[in-house]
Amino acid sequence: MSLGITLVSHVQEIITGLSALLEQVAKDVSITTAGGTNDEDIGTCMDKILQAFSENKADEILAFYDLGSAKMNLELATEMTSKKIHLYDVAFIEGAYTAATLIEAGVKLTEIEGQLEPLTLKK
Amino acid sequence: MSLTVKNVIEWMNNFSSKIEQNKQFLSDLDTAIGDGDHGFNMSRGMTAVSQKLSTEPKTITDAFKQIAMTLISTVGGASGPLYGTAFLEMAKKSSTSSDIGDLLDAALTGIKKRGGAEPGDKTMVDVWTVLVSEVKTNTLTQEKIDSAVAATKDLVAKKGRASYLGERSKGHVDPGSQSSGYLFKALLETEGIL
Repeated sequence: MSLGITLVSHVQEIITGLSALLEQVAKDVSITTAGGTNDEDIGTCMDKILQAFSENKADEILAFYDLGSAKMNLELATEMTSKKIHLYDVAFIEGAYTAATLIEAGVKLTEIEGQLEPLTLKK
Repeated sequence: MSLTVKNVIEWMNNFSSKIEQNKQFLSDLDTAIGDGDHGFNMSRGMTAVSQKLSTEPKTITDAFKQIAMTLISTVGGASGPLYGTAFLEMAKKSSTSSDIGDLLDAALTGIKKRGGAEPGDKTMVDVWTVLVSEVKTNTLTQEKIDSAVAATKDLVAKKGRASYLGERSKGHVDPGSQSSGYLFKALLETEGIL
C-alpha cells in the first residue's frame, strides 16, 4: 500500500510554493494539488480536487487544506471518489510537511497520524 | 400543493433573478465580514443553473440533482458546497417525498453536516432553521423571512470566514443568510409549491 498527498488551497501560488517545499524532502512521494477555482480565481473547486485525487499515483491519499470551504469541497470529493482519502484538520504547511517527510521515510499511516495529532487546529 | 418540474424551474429562475439584482449588495455584505465575493459567486452559479434548466429535466429528482452539481462546479466559495449539498439532499429526499417541508428539512440537515454550523453561529443555518419550520407549518411570510435574515446582524460569527473576525463580525448581516432569504422569498412567490 502506497501513501500520497493532495494539497488544496484557495490560491494556486500557495500550493505551488508548498509543493516545492515538500518535494525537497519527499522526492518519491506522489503529491497532487488543487488550487483556485475553475476560472483561476481565488477559491476552491470540487472538480479540481477530484482530478488531483485521480492523478495521484498512491493507493491512499492524505489530504491537507487551508481554509473552511476547501474542507467542504474536499469532503464532497471524498464522497465521490473510489480512492481512500484521509482528511486532516491540521496546520496546513506543518501538517503536509510532516506527512511528506514521514511517507518518504516509509513510516506507517498510524504513526504519521500520531505525529499529525498535535498539529490539529480548529478549522 | 406540490412540487413539479415546472414550478421548481420557476422557483430557481426567480431566485436567480433576485441574486442577479442584488449581487453587488451581497458582495458588499461579504466585504464587511468575509472575502467579498458572495454575490458574484452566487450570480455565476445561478446563471449557470438557469441555463442548465432551460432544457427541462425529466423528474424533480433530476432537476434538484442538476441544480446541485451545477452549483458545486461553478460557485467557487463556501456557498458552492453548502447550497450544492442542500439541493443534493433535496434530490435524494424527492425520490420518496414530494413535500417541500420534508425536502427542505433534509437540505438543512445536509447544510449543518457539511459546514458543521449550528443555530447561533451567524451562518445560513440560522435563517434555514427558522424558515424551514415556517414552511412546515404553512406560515412562511415575507416579514418572517426579513426578520430571520436581520436577526443574524447582532450575532458573533462562529463558523466561516467571518469567524476570524470574532467580536468584530457583529453589526453586519451574514451574506449567506441574506442570499438564503432570497431563496425563501422566491419560494414564497412561486405559485403552487407552498
